[in-house]
Amino acid sequence: MNAPATPLLQVENLKVHFPITAGLLQRRIGEVKAVDDVSFTIERGTTVGLVGESGSGKTTIGRALIRLVNPTGGTIRYNGKDITFLRESQFRPYRKKIQIIFQDPYNSLNPRLTIFKIISEALEIHFPALGLEQRRARVAELLGKVGLKPEHMDRYPHEFSGGQRQRIGIARALAVEPEFIVCDEPVSALDVSVQAQIVNLLQDLQEELGLTYLFIAHDLAVVEHISDFVLVMNQGKIVEAATAEAIYQNPQDPYTKRLLDAVPKI
Amino acid sequence: MTSDLLHQILRRRAGAFCLVVLILFYVAAFFAPLLAPYATSDQDLTKTYHPPTGVVWQEGRLAVRLYKLVDPTCAKYEAEPGQFAPIHFWVKAPTYHFLGFIPVSHRLFGVEAPARLYLLGSDETGRDVFSRLLYGSRVSLTIGLIGILITTVIGLTVGGLAGYFGGVFDSVAMRGTELIMAIPGLYLIIALRAALAKYFDDSDQIFILIVVILSFIGWAGTARVIRGLTLSLRNRPFIYAAEALGQGPVTILWKHLFPNLFSYLIVTSMLSIPGYILGEAALSFLGIGIQEPSTSWGLMLSQVQDLKVFMLNFWWLLTPGLAIFITVILFNVLGDVVRDIVDPKLKTQV
Repeated sequence: MNAPATPLLQVENLKVHFPITAGLLQRRIGEVKAVDDVSFTIERGTTVGLVGESGSGKTTIGRALIRLVNPTGGTIRYNGKDITFLRESQFRPYRKKIQIIFQDPYNSLNPRLTIFKIISEALEIHFPALGLEQRRARVAELLGKVGLKPEHMDRYPHEFSGGQRQRIGIARALAVEPEFIVCDEPVSALDVSVQAQIVNLLQDLQEELGLTYLFIAHDLAVVEHISDFVLVMNQGKIVEAATAEAIYQNPQDPYTKRLLDAVPKI
Repeated sequence: MTSDLLHQILRRRAGAFCLVVLILFYVAAFFAPLLAPYATSDQDLTKTYHPPTGVVWQEGRLAVRLYKLVDPTCAKYEAEPGQFAPIHFWVKAPTYHFLGFIPVSHRLFGVEAPARLYLLGSDETGRDVFSRLLYGSRVSLTIGLIGILITTVIGLTVGGLAGYFGGVFDSVAMRGTELIMAIPGLYLIIALRAALAKYFDDSDQIFILIVVILSFIGWAGTARVIRGLTLSLRNRPFIYAAEALGQGPVTILWKHLFPNLFSYLIVTSMLSIPGYILGEAALSFLGIGIQEPSTSWGLMLSQVQDLKVFMLNFWWLLTPGLAIFITVILFNVLGDVVRDIVDPKLKTQV
């Protein structure tokens, strides 16, 4: 018999503090506790929603997981291995496994590169053996996967709508064949009609490729729709963690109640 | 991007005009040995301060008037009526090496000695001002391009790295630029020139020395602005995306930051080329730039700081000043046109 499977991601007591410096010598006069003592677990193949208001530290958690900011303390275990303080060169293999989708579809694509070059960059780094023709074939396949056409690959980002750009961002994340994707408010900058399309696309991809998501959002309805488990964050701490139904039907923490009350009702 | 920019420049009247004239200037500078009727140090002591020779159509071909010196005390020349020397095209001349290795023994046009063709008069030793202007343009026009190349490379490297990495490197780099910017430019130039002069003696080396000195002063401003732009681009998600893919910092700078700075760099380059032309002119004017027997526009101007040039109205000796003036204006207008075209607020976010 198999032992109980190790969760894909275990975060224990994660802290991310940013120093506040002042004066000529950049003396440290304090710190911002963006993420303060946060623990959670993400099981393989599931979606964990992370909600909270602006400035609560949700994005910082996402960026710490993918090492865009360095954690101050705590441990992050990926597949049972501690990856918290790995050097960049040691972290390299995880760049292929963990990817991110950004909130702002207008700034997340380099305006001076074609779609092919944007997506192909991931292939060049992690699949250096591929030739140009193979890369073009792969980019075409990825574009097909996110609902775009292969002939789109030689255009520039400004020729696409917000929803299409977000699809391109998803294709770039998928190019390295990741296991885990941090979705950093992927739909909050989009029109409501487009939001549903992108959320459905993410769900289809999860089913097809067996992906695991950390879905960061401030829109509770979206999070409820996509998540198996929900974390509620306030001022750098997780105030409530429960299944999606439990959070929405029976919120325990006063902050969660207030968040739910703040959702406009028709 | 580049061909698009060229197309846009040519669609604007001012831009097309400046670009075409500047290209003509550079072509003339490139072919100076072929176009100039005389070498830079080709003297004729019997024809000092000769006025521009009149060119006329005579017996079916171009010819120059012949002049007689009527008053040697004030260099007064008078045209001799009915006396002409025909202008020949593709005339034989002493062999020289074009670009240093192609032997050529002809010039495009000239007259038979002892008559002389002075399109823009002669100077105090009877050298042809037009020829010297052409040869001098090689120095004055290339110094801007080479200087800009050096400053851009240094500025981009230092500013880009400072903005991208921040921290200690940023502090050290920025204090360095402040140090350079805090010293008055002209004094720094003169001090550097004096300190380094003994290691450079021939004229090509002095040319390079001047470019290096001017670039050494100039890179600080570029580096600071590049740093600021890099700082703002640094926090754009597409840079994070590249980092998340595991892209190295050098590649990120080259592939993601540099192309986004390109339009800015083009504009600043255009607008700072005149600074180099004027800088060379100032150094040569002060006698610490290009030295005889080479020539440059600044050097030619410094050689006419003589009261008699003004008293006796030898206006043709001031043409290098006009050449500097026109070139600087052309580069400034072209820079403005390019800035209008690539202004990021108007263009990139369609």
